[in-house]
Amino acid sequence: MKTKLKKIGGVLALLFLAFVLTACKSQSLANQDVLEEDKQSQTITWGVKADTKLFGLMDVKDNQIKGFEIDIAKALTKQILGKDGKAEFIQVNSQTRMPLLTNGNIDAIIATMTITPERAKQVDFSNSYFDAGQSILVKNGSKVKNVYDLNNSHSTILGVVGSNSVKTIKKFAPKAKLLQLSDYSQALTALKSGQGDALTTDNGILYGMSAENPGYSVVGGTFTKEPYGIAVNKGQTNLRDAINEALTKIEKSGEYNRILYKWFGHVKGFDYKEVRR
Amino acid sequence: MIEIFQNYGDALLRGFGETILCSIIALIFALIIGSGFAILESTPIRWLRIIARAYIELFRNIPLLVITMFFYVVIPMYVLDISGFVAGTIGLILYSSAFIAETVRAGIQSVDTGQMEGARANGLTFWQAMRYIILPQAFRYVLPPLGNQFINLVKNSSVLAFVAGFDLMYQGNVIASDSLQSMSTYMCVGVLYLIITLPLSYYMRYLEHRLS
Repeated sequence: MKTKLKKIGGVLALLFLAFVLTACKSQSLANQDVLEEDKQSQTITWGVKADTKLFGLMDVKDNQIKGFEIDIAKALTKQILGKDGKAEFIQVNSQTRMPLLTNGNIDAIIATMTITPERAKQVDFSNSYFDAGQSILVKNGSKVKNVYDLNNSHSTILGVVGSNSVKTIKKFAPKAKLLQLSDYSQALTALKSGQGDALTTDNGILYGMSAENPGYSVVGGTFTKEPYGIAVNKGQTNLRDAINEALTKIEKSGEYNRILYKWFGHVKGFDYKEVRR
Repeated sequence: MIEIFQNYGDALLRGFGETILCSIIALIFALIIGSGFAILESTPIRWLRIIARAYIELFRNIPLLVITMFFYVVIPMYVLDISGFVAGTIGLILYSSAFIAETVRAGIQSVDTGQMEGARANGLTFWQAMRYIILPQAFRYVLPPLGNQFINLVKNSSVLAFVAGFDLMYQGNVIASDSLQSMSTYMCVGVLYLIITLPLSYYMRYLEHRLS
């Protein structure tokens, strides 16, 4: 009996310790100045998408993540830390990006993240670096022409869990059934295999999908405004201000437009001039 | 945690129900199919044994997620429309039945061969001997490992989350990203899984005790 109690006590003590340790970590993180530390280590660690064509996609040939957001992050790093500054990339998805940021594994998130009031309670956002809008992707020849065609009980819409677009679509097509998959490549696979009538997310991401899959197209234009922002931990105002300043600089120098053109200039149906800065 | 239950109790309970439903269906079918293949593996007929062996080795050695994705993606493309819930449950049945077959086969083999010979000598057919003499004894031997398989099955049902099967894990992912409180959400989900698996594990213990 005694040994049993001892064992239970031991387990409880370990659990307690784990809680205390996690608490410590978040406390110390709040007192750190991430910008100062990054300047010392000459690296900024960015959380980026690796499954989203045009924004951040893992290139299987050389194991590098490539895309618009990667190039923007590299340009911002150079602006903030100087020429020798290094940008490190850690792959995140819609579910892991917030915990990774609050735990301090990454310094900032640049991962197709829409600025919303709810999220702004948990993190601090930079100014918008890309103005997306939500739209839908359907199979060519589909009867669905815009989002309102989906507002009935026999339609199924596919989305990605944790994305802002699945919350928004409930307002535009409340009657449709909504399936949330774990990432964009899975959602696209589900659309191809006929598990849903349309895939919804931001137009930039959808254009990337239709460029790869000519049998599918973006229809109905955009029905929301989704400004993407770079997220940093609450209280890291120095880092946020530095990011904003760097963003303004690359917009003024034309570097922003160059990167934008590199990724979106040749995408069919995408109006490059509309989002140019 | 309490906050999560208050705000999202509805979704959590729905997920909880789907997980139980999927687990029960999968448990029943996996037990029947698994036992069937275990018997086939113990028949004296060679080609039946080969079929059973092939089935078991195939589904035992492919990850559950791969089997499930096959039913979610490939089958609707060429054969017929099935939802994530159905695809996940089929995957779970095939995967678990392979393990259950191995467990039950071990039980059948642990019954002394003299029993089968004695039963056959007394005029019973192979199937009769299996049904009345061997299987009742075999199941008693394999109850503890079978209990393990059942618990694994319940936990493996979280594969439904990957194919939008609306189970407990799926709702957990949705709630975690909606509330932005990953830690307490997954703790709630863990507690709900425990509510299914703990009684199951105690019931198996009780059965074991009663039969021994």
